Amino acid sequence: MSASETLTPPAATTASANTIAAATPDSGLLRFLTCGSVDDGKSTLIGRLLYDTRGILADTLHAIERTSQKRGLSAVDLSLLTDGLQAEREQGITIDVAYRYFSTGTRKYIIADAPGHEQYTRNMVTAASTADLAIILIDARRGVLTQTRRHSYLAKLMNIPRLVVAVNKMDLVGYDAARFEEIRADYEAFARQLDIDVRFIPISALNGDMIVERGDSLAWYDGPTLLELLESAPAAHAAGRARHHDALRFPVQYVCRPQDSANPELHDFRGFMGRVEAGSVAVGERVTVLPSGRETRVREIRLLSADSHDSANEGQRARAVTGESVTLLLDDEIDISRGDMIVGPDNAPTVTRRIEAMLCWLSESPLDPRRKYLIRHTTRESKALLDGIDYRIDINSLERQAATQLEMNDIARVSFRLAQPLAVDTYTDQRATGAFIVIDEASNNTVGAGMIG
Amino acid sequence: MNALAASAAPAIDAAATKELSHLDWLEAEAIHILREVAGQCSRPALLFSGGKDSICLLRLAEKAFRPGRFPFPLLHIDTGHNYREVIDFRDRRAAELGERLIVRSVEDSMARGTVVLKSPGESRNKHQSVTLLEAIEEHGFDACIGGARRDEEKARAKERIFSFRDEFGQWDPKNQRPELWNLYNARSGPGENMRVFPISNWTELDVWQYIERERLELPSIYFAHLRPIVRRNGLLAPVTPVTPAQPGDVVEELQVRFRTVGDITCTAPVESSATTVAAIIEETAVTTISERGATRLDDQTSEASMEQRKKEGYF
Ligand SMILES: Nc1nc2c(ncn2[C@@H]2O[C@H](COP(=O)(O)OP(=O)(O)OP(=O)(O)O)[C@@H](O)[C@H]2O)c(=O)[nH]1
Repeated sequence: MSASETLTPPAATTASANTIAAATPDSGLLRFLTCGSVDDGKSTLIGRLLYDTRGILADTLHAIERTSQKRGLSAVDLSLLTDGLQAEREQGITIDVAYRYFSTGTRKYIIADAPGHEQYTRNMVTAASTADLAIILIDARRGVLTQTRRHSYLAKLMNIPRLVVAVNKMDLVGYDAARFEEIRADYEAFARQLDIDVRFIPISALNGDMIVERGDSLAWYDGPTLLELLESAPAAHAAGRARHHDALRFPVQYVCRPQDSANPELHDFRGFMGRVEAGSVAVGERVTVLPSGRETRVREIRLLSADSHDSANEGQRARAVTGESVTLLLDDEIDISRGDMIVGPDNAPTVTRRIEAMLCWLSESPLDPRRKYLIRHTTRESKALLDGIDYRIDINSLERQAATQLEMNDIARVSFRLAQPLAVDTYTDQRATGAFIVIDEASNNTVGAGMIG
Repeated sequence: MNALAASAAPAIDAAATKELSHLDWLEAEAIHILREVAGQCSRPALLFSGGKDSICLLRLAEKAFRPGRFPFPLLHIDTGHNYREVIDFRDRRAAELGERLIVRSVEDSMARGTVVLKSPGESRNKHQSVTLLEAIEEHGFDACIGGARRDEEKARAKERIFSFRDEFGQWDPKNQRPELWNLYNARSGPGENMRVFPISNWTELDVWQYIERERLELPSIYFAHLRPIVRRNGLLAPVTPVTPAQPGDVVEELQVRFRTVGDITCTAPVESSATTVAAIIEETAVTTISERGATRLDDQTSEASMEQRKKEGYF
């Protein structure tokens, strides 16, 4: 059997995917992450999703067919699609987060492909930081493993709104419903501890069962396919939309002062540029500027629309919602610069010089408790000193242990003292204002990721 | 339970229910990235070639910074082998925007002796890296904003949005900075440099849809036109003064368009009758060949060639 014969997509799928891809109706964008232990079939699953939604183009397919043949494989190995870098191809493993894209015509997807090896907790944390959903893969033969618990714990820690547990390789257990139920029961027993919201689905990534097509072998399962789960999951901005009644969080990124003396309109222009990270904002609303605490009202909201081409007065809006990057003009002349935050009148964040957080250490050089680090939170930076390590989590047993320093991939509860006040929320309340990174000033490297709470 | 989404929502007033489309989301992300560059870097530049991706970048920069000026100049590394239409468009667009355009040319590097071609006919494309690094040093740029996308190529799929380059302009794929949430770390030391890719998460189709939505003007060679062509290795090689027909070549007059408009010696057009952006979107949605596969005359030879070039300082 030649490699290419095994991979002729069903004609009907091809045609319908083509026509939907050409249309552009939009339920927005969903970012998700796949996690699993080595060989659970992550790469195969992603390859299958891309292939069955026509996210793979013919020349790319030919390239992996050639490689499959060169390696003496009897069928095309879809996992080759996601093998990115030379070093990985040589070692035959995935070592860093890669991003993939496909679109169903109704929704655009960004997949973060994070390797599952023990030493790569930091990769999963990185991939999870922007995900709206996580797919946790379980090999049907092996069931719930230590790694499964670890991935679920990290998904919870990173506050991913939705989890899908996909029991893969169902073909290798004879598509047995009882085995699936057994794994589900196992997982639920443990997930109850973590308090997470989970969907379960049986699949065969290799054969494509219950991914995009239902297939014939899992007739006993009457839930949605994996793609249907993805299509109906709330997207980032939809989640944001439901939270538009949350209080406004608008970190100022940049202040626009054109000071164009020839143009009186621009002479006094002061625009505060940033992204609405939470809540929404409307012209006329009262806002507070942090950390100063000064109050004023929103005079204008601007974002050039598709039709407006750069005159000073175009692009005015009545309102901006979560996720939008806009420019705010305020009623009063208040001294505001990058790093300040414009917030709604109620439910203000806490302005503090001390934070407690879960910290994931990302660097090969251990956390040095005596050194000063830099913390970047929204658009603000502050020098920071470690105040203490409460405990470290053993990522396998999920037990707390005493610790005096942190190594790469360690996760711990810590506190920092700060040189500058930060306006913070808890990470579970607001990802954007509850997250921070730690930077090593000597190397300029990003060495830690923190979740306030 | 962790169901923070739909179920938790109270009644939402009409104005707030406006959904962000995928283009709205991509646009907002790109504007945020551009403003982070402006906020964190002291001497950035935006790479503008006159091609479709950098045309989108210019539009995003308008959205990010108007009514102010861009907080960076535009920079083009010209191989001297670009299509006239694209160069004219580049100059006109920069003038219309009233922004400063810096052009540095590979030919100047050749005259200086820092670029040495193996043969007069060798493609100058990969030598752009040298000229780019020289321009970075000349102007002291600490960040260069580019229009590369992760869907273009395997090596790019793992590249960060803020991608750190050492003194030699090298990308080290095994030693990248972790990039979490939208907290970008643009810090670099003297001589080092960030490359920033605001449309990392866009696909070719997203780019075309954005061009249509924003009604962006493009150089004419993006649309179907008649052009003398020689068929080589399954690709269409344009016949130009830089790439003349070889003895034995059969020159055909074909209706083609360019999907990407790089250096003449290594960019192939595709057969097409699309004369509007809408028609191109139609074709892009049903195409079976990737942008690079259909159009690159130079780097089909090796799956790893882009990664290799990036390690050497290529954009
Ligand atoms: N029978 C069967 N085999 C599968 C299935 N899914 C994946 N495999 C096989 O399992 C092996 C591992 O799959 P990969 O997709 O490479 O695994 P991975 O989880 O991506 O592993 P890493 O990339 O090393 O982290 C390959 O030989 C696949 O062909 C399945 O549903 N059924």
